[in-house]
Amino acid sequence: MTQPVIDAASVDAIVKRYDSRPEMLVQILVAVVGKHGWVSEDVIRQLADALNLSRAEVHGVVAFYHDFRTEPPGRRIIKVCQAEACQSMGGRELAAHADAVADADTTVEAAYCLGNCACAPAVMIDGRTYGRVDAGRFDALLQSAREAQS
Amino acid sequence: MSGKTRVLVPRETTAVSVGADEVAVAIAREAKQRGLELELVRNGSWGACWLEPLVEVVKGEARIAYGNVAPDDVPSLFEAGFLEGGNHDKRLGPINGIDYLISQDRWTFWRCGLIESLSLDDFLAHQGFKALQKAWEIGADAVIGTITDSGLRGRGGAGFPTGIKWRTVADAEADQKYVACNADEGDSGTFSDRMLMEGDPFGLIEAMAIAGYAVGASKGYIYLRSEYPLAQMILDRALGTARDAGWLGEDIRGSGFDFDIELHLGAGSYVCGEETAMLESLEGKKGIVRYKPPLPAIEGLFGKPTVVNNVVTLASVPNIVNLGAERYAGMGVNRSKGSLAFQLSGNIKRGGLVEKAFGITLRELVEHYGGGTASGRPLKAVQVGGPLGAYLAADQLDTPMDYEAFAQIGAMIGHGGIVVFDDTADMAQQARFAMEFCALESCGKCTPCRIGSTRGVEIIDHIIRGENRDANYDLLMELCDTMEDASLCAMGGMTPYPVRSVLKHFASDFSPGES
Repeated sequence: MTQPVIDAASVDAIVKRYDSRPEMLVQILVAVVGKHGWVSEDVIRQLADALNLSRAEVHGVVAFYHDFRTEPPGRRIIKVCQAEACQSMGGRELAAHADAVADADTTVEAAYCLGNCACAPAVMIDGRTYGRVDAGRFDALLQSAREAQS
Repeated sequence: MSGKTRVLVPRETTAVSVGADEVAVAIAREAKQRGLELELVRNGSWGACWLEPLVEVVKGEARIAYGNVAPDDVPSLFEAGFLEGGNHDKRLGPINGIDYLISQDRWTFWRCGLIESLSLDDFLAHQGFKALQKAWEIGADAVIGTITDSGLRGRGGAGFPTGIKWRTVADAEADQKYVACNADEGDSGTFSDRMLMEGDPFGLIEAMAIAGYAVGASKGYIYLRSEYPLAQMILDRALGTARDAGWLGEDIRGSGFDFDIELHLGAGSYVCGEETAMLESLEGKKGIVRYKPPLPAIEGLFGKPTVVNNVVTLASVPNIVNLGAERYAGMGVNRSKGSLAFQLSGNIKRGGLVEKAFGITLRELVEHYGGGTASGRPLKAVQVGGPLGAYLAADQLDTPMDYEAFAQIGAMIGHGGIVVFDDTADMAQQARFAMEFCALESCGKCTPCRIGSTRGVEIIDHIIRGENRDANYDLLMELCDTMEDASLCAMGGMTPYPVRSVLKHFASDFSPGES
């Protein structure tokens, strides 16, 4: 499968928004991933050029942070909280369930605390956090996320 | 004042995560259908998460609360005349009659839930920016003196005296200084920073401005974790509003004091909550922990003197300036002065935020406020202080919440997160997870943390499988010593806390089937 290409002009616009400041690299990558979902090798090369950094420096930052995916995600991104408060309420079982029912268009990732610990277990679907999630509620949430996109 | 009834529905992550937005929409729709006019206000959360979504109706001086409101309840609420405070299954009564809330010592979170989060007018009507103006009157030196006298210590977890940190930055000579607010609240079981930012964002802005004024910094940064998109949206708007109204920027309100704040996002790294890793990340780099010294107060962000404080530490400041150091220091016990916003979570019936003076016991928090386990099963363990905090056993619940009392039993209060587990928890797995999490999040700079955590997972697996149990047990203890003594920061240095506590109190979980 060929990987999609991230539009260089849109990355350039993000870099300009941060005045091409190298100390904004993390913020620029946050914005790139927020818009495109991932960071490609081409983007790493482009950012290194634009910010006057070495490719190794940019690559190092991309590799360090969990949020900076280097593969394109599915159309839906689900983060299942795997930290202790959610573990105490069945978070491990919920994560297993999420993996089992996710389709090819859904990326399931672990999160280490969504900060919704008093209403555990928690998941985040396309940037929105949900609490008190059991298997049944998870299935319903996934279904509405699918419908919202179709 | 319009004649419209005010209805408050929190815009706060937990409330929204269980349907507050849908409830707000349903209320607006139902009112429209009935031809009724109302003013829908989005406040922060009071922190009684177990009652969310918690809707309030303002009736005269009173605010009538309705708890666990679902969108489906809305038509029947209108039928029951809830705009007049009418009776309904979900009616809780006046908000100031709810024991969970009124029995707290709300010093830092007093505006949370009370006001419309994004209304500068509402903020100003509730003491907003009074403390900043008082700071200008009494002068920077007196502000630092007040904070020192209050006994305020860092609420991010380390408990370092705030006044001493501010004094160090104030005394440092530099052309530029910074205030860096640590909002990278990564500990599981904690959400107080988030609730404060979502419920009282101007309060944090004011607090940072006071810190900047006190130490001579003209620029502040908020380092916010990416898992908090709603807090990001609220802070973004609040910063814009404050700037537009002249409460941020150059020559604030004619005071001659310049201060502005930039919001930066994290990217899913736990170790970036460590102050020097956070500074590296703010500089656009990998979040690799720095050696100390130099302290950030001397050489911090971009090598300049920097106050690094947690959200809750900062947010405690305005009331200390307003009400005086003695009032704050009058709360608490021993060297743990003032109050802490404890966060009850996990397998607990009444989870939420409970701000109480130090000295309250863990039992009071877990049983009186929390109501015991959510499952109704016996309580087995309580992890206090996040993933680097010890697991306490049921017979340790009478420990008072006091930094030193916790240190004495090999535990820590940290950021005040309290996670309850019932008797179905497999504590060997929890010990394993502590090492696994360290392996996942280690910045990699020091060997004990980077390698030790991976070896720790392996050794625990050997013990669980019953391989050379005694020898591996000794090896694990030795590894814990090495990590604690030789790691660069708390990540590797405190991962042994949960592991040791499990070995000590829940050893039988390592040998299932044996007695």
